[in-house]
Amino acid sequence: MSDQPILEAKELTKAFGGILALNRVNFHVNEGEVLGIIGPNGSGKTTIVNCITGFIKPTSGKVFFRGKNITGKAAHRIADMGVTRTFQIMRPYYSLPAYKNLVIPLFSPRSKRTGGWRGGGKLGDRNTVGIDILEEIGFERDSRVPYKMAATLPTGYLKRLELARCLALKPEIILCDEVFSGLSMSEIASMVPLIERLQMDGITLIMIEHRLRELFRVADRIMVMNFGEKLTEGTSEEVMADSRVKEAYFGSEEIEEVMTYA
Amino acid sequence: MDTQQQRKERLDRGIKVRTDGLYALMGWQELGYLTLPRLILIVGMLALPLLMPGMYWQRVITIVCIYALLALSFDFLAHFVGLVSLGGAFFIGVGGYFSAIFNASFGIPPLFSIPMATVSGAIVCTLLLIPCLPLRGVYFAIVTLMYPLALARVIEATDILGGTDGIMGIDSFSNSWVEQYVAIVLVLLFLFGLRRLVNTDIGLVVRAVKDNDQAVRASGMSVNFYKAGAVFIASGIGCLGGACLVHIYMWAGISLFALDFSILPIAATVIGGSGTLVGPVLGCLILVPISELLRDFGTLRIVFYAILLVCFVVFRSEGLMVYGERKYHQFERWVKV
Repeated sequence: MSDQPILEAKELTKAFGGILALNRVNFHVNEGEVLGIIGPNGSGKTTIVNCITGFIKPTSGKVFFRGKNITGKAAHRIADMGVTRTFQIMRPYYSLPAYKNLVIPLFSPRSKRTGGWRGGGKLGDRNTVGIDILEEIGFERDSRVPYKMAATLPTGYLKRLELARCLALKPEIILCDEVFSGLSMSEIASMVPLIERLQMDGITLIMIEHRLRELFRVADRIMVMNFGEKLTEGTSEEVMADSRVKEAYFGSEEIEEVMTYA
Repeated sequence: MDTQQQRKERLDRGIKVRTDGLYALMGWQELGYLTLPRLILIVGMLALPLLMPGMYWQRVITIVCIYALLALSFDFLAHFVGLVSLGGAFFIGVGGYFSAIFNASFGIPPLFSIPMATVSGAIVCTLLLIPCLPLRGVYFAIVTLMYPLALARVIEATDILGGTDGIMGIDSFSNSWVEQYVAIVLVLLFLFGLRRLVNTDIGLVVRAVKDNDQAVRASGMSVNFYKAGAVFIASGIGCLGGACLVHIYMWAGISLFALDFSILPIAATVIGGSGTLVGPVLGCLILVPISELLRDFGTLRIVFYAILLVCFVVFRSEGLMVYGERKYHQFERWVKV
């Protein structure tokens, strides 16, 4: 692990008209780390993801990936460097079967260059590689699920499909925008080991979550946002102990619940 | 490891069947089931000129083919790329004028002037449309509609390219049989070519752009690059139609920018069934001859035409081809597969 952080945001600011969605946010992620970002609704968590991945341009501030300035680059160029994201509202290709959804990222220049997930992008048959990835991410290979139209899949599978799309690109970082939200308890329970496995594969993760209990299980470090500003940062224990976090967060009930749990 | 590999192969056999169409080789019955509709289409199209009663109707067949090319390009753009284009007249006009200039001014024979006009026309159309590629739906349609209107007025006002008189003295095809078969073969070629293209991996990306451009960007691919590529193909097909048309009429004028070329392909696509690629061709085969038959009614022609279109939209809004395909697949159950 090098001393340089893999991703660094400096004074990141985004204004929508007069509203400051992000106000001078500084943070960094080290290689192989899992950074959790929490905060009440509208605190600018998704805006961070959008600014980093180039889906919106920050008003000011800079984003560095491995020391290289990637601020304001086109979204597909940033994804091409290995900074991938999932969408909070899932964006699969609804008119295609699940495994065909992965043929598209496997066809991308990055997959062709790097070989994609486990070198599969260089193989001729992208359909089979797509199913390999789906099996790894929790689609049952011997069932009909990988062949089903994405439009007919339940939320749990679609969330996995979002992750699978990132994996097909052989990512260095995945920015997960609420992968747990909308899932049942048992679906989340099966998702957590998946996240841990990604971490073991050396993928850096930035996770935006409302499900604090599960997030605290997987995250190395937590950053708390409120009204577009960074409130605090630290391990889950430090963050939970912070009185400002309790104030900012809704009702402070869940925090206490989590504290007793942890 | 070995058993794992075996398991994978066993499970993946399903994909092979689903993706490669291998099951077609299992017997004559299935082979026939798959190839018969295609054969009927190919043989039918090739036999059309022989079945026509006279010169007039043979010319109609050629015009049908020109419209079919436009309808193919419209269906490809609208259904597979998500760009609703009203640019049929634009493509016809650009391709037509290019071929006319190559032939009349530089003396290049049709055999070369048509392909040259296709490529250069496609390049020009794509360059002009690149600024509006981020637009979607009806906005893109408006811009593509604006270009033919504007270009026709520019030619009229500045009196370039022959002005309102147009460019005359263009070589025709050597005889009417060549003319018809060139048009028919081109339609079949692009029909099956496009069908193949949309099922390759690159075609899949293009379809994904329509489905969800954000996810394509998140997959590290430039949406505009693929859109531009698709527009290049579609405008190329349109320009090819235009280039053939000027050699058929032996004249190029601002009527090449007539809105008929934009509207009729859309009507044909609606009737034939959008997204099938065969449907639009079928739609042109129905609409263009009907419009010729209705000439006997004089001015009332448009009224009957409109009534017919409304009937199709109301009673068969999915399109003939979609309806036919569904019925044909039900037919499959009768045959033991």
